[in-house]
Amino acid sequence: MKYSLFLGCTIPARSRNYELSARAIASRLDIEFVDIEEFSCCGFPLEASDEMGAILLGAMNLCLAEEKGLDICALCSACTSMLTKTAYRLDNDKRLKEQVNKELSKIGKEYKGEVKVKHFARILLEDVGLERIKKEIKQDLKGLKVATHYGCHYLKPSYIYEGFDDPQDPQSLEKILEAVGVTNIQYKRKKDCCGGPILLSDEKVALSVAGKKLQCVKETEADCINLVCPFCSLMFDANQKGIETQFGTEFNIPVLYLPQIIGLAMGLGRKELGLNLNSVSTKELTAKLGM
Amino acid sequence: MNRVNLRKSDPDFIEELDSSDFISGFRACYTCGTCTAGCPVHRANKDYDPLRIIRMLVLGLRDELLKGDMIWLCSDCYTCQENCPMGVKITDIINHLKNLATREKNIPIGVSTQEKLLKDQGKIYIIDDFDNKKRTKVGLPSLPAMAEEAKTLLKKE
Repeated sequence: MKYSLFLGCTIPARSRNYELSARAIASRLDIEFVDIEEFSCCGFPLEASDEMGAILLGAMNLCLAEEKGLDICALCSACTSMLTKTAYRLDNDKRLKEQVNKELSKIGKEYKGEVKVKHFARILLEDVGLERIKKEIKQDLKGLKVATHYGCHYLKPSYIYEGFDDPQDPQSLEKILEAVGVTNIQYKRKKDCCGGPILLSDEKVALSVAGKKLQCVKETEADCINLVCPFCSLMFDANQKGIETQFGTEFNIPVLYLPQIIGLAMGLGRKELGLNLNSVSTKELTAKLGM
Repeated sequence: MNRVNLRKSDPDFIEELDSSDFISGFRACYTCGTCTAGCPVHRANKDYDPLRIIRMLVLGLRDELLKGDMIWLCSDCYTCQENCPMGVKITDIINHLKNLATREKNIPIGVSTQEKLLKDQGKIYIIDDFDNKKRTKVGLPSLPAMAEEAKTLLKKE
């Protein structure tokens, strides 16, 4: 199984723990990642101010994967949605495709529509399969109680995702966790956004959106949050201290990326999974698991 | 809540947006309020109201929409769009309105700064030598500082 690995902007610079753990579990599962150095930003941050620029960036990245004949595996949910939406729009709008290809010809590229974009979690579920993942499980994680945050762009807008999972009642991430032996915890407002995209226009509102969700998790017996997007992690993990100040409460909820949890179940070490790089300390959590 | 002044209505604005295949169909809105009821930003800040945005659009209140702050509070989470019983592409519409507001120079400083960074570098964060050292130390491949082809592509002639 071979994919081009799309890291985007935030992961290689700010979320090495996500990248490390994703690469670590991928190699256990015989997934080969090919790094394409020319990959740029996916275009998502431009969508609000320069929609055409965003589509051009998305299309350029799709072309780079096409040239290698490889489907794309993205780790970030915003990258996944931007690249998937770009392909969807280009494949369904001839005029837009012509316009985009005219621009792309300036750098000697042409979008053909030959690659598939998938989030890593979707690849684990659809291409690798739960049975294969189960074969690698070495550590009993029954005692680990996890509240999953699906986030938005992993599943939405649903018209670009061909019915993969249901944004009204998402299950995919918890299915994976169940397979690796974790106890899934339900909480109020599970489907709410992290608030990340408004951080640039109104920080207070953004932190308040994230804080309301942390409060709901805190009401449960969850040991940690599970997520699949570096923006969501930025809100819940890196900004947790700031949210605590704004809300006047202490949360102290560790926030793990899905591959970090899967890696724990595979018996991988703290450093291999970048657990020492998380903002909210994960030491108590791994101590509880006897690590 | 302010009264609506229909003398400010701009019918061309409604027509222009409704003729775009990608976001047309908003006139089907029957004001049920499902969008606002599910909105996580509305829960945190009552000034933000997606139903109000769609009504302003249906009434053609161009300037109020494009010169105000409200559209910039949308977190792009797509909850309203997924919930809308009439299939109005609310989030895609608001995103398009943000683009139109940008052309009117109504753009939050954080968003315009990010846009400039992206056009100068092809990515949001430059991966400098220090970053690459940290990457290689933990066994991750080093990466180029910027994305040159992306910069060329985004350059306006």
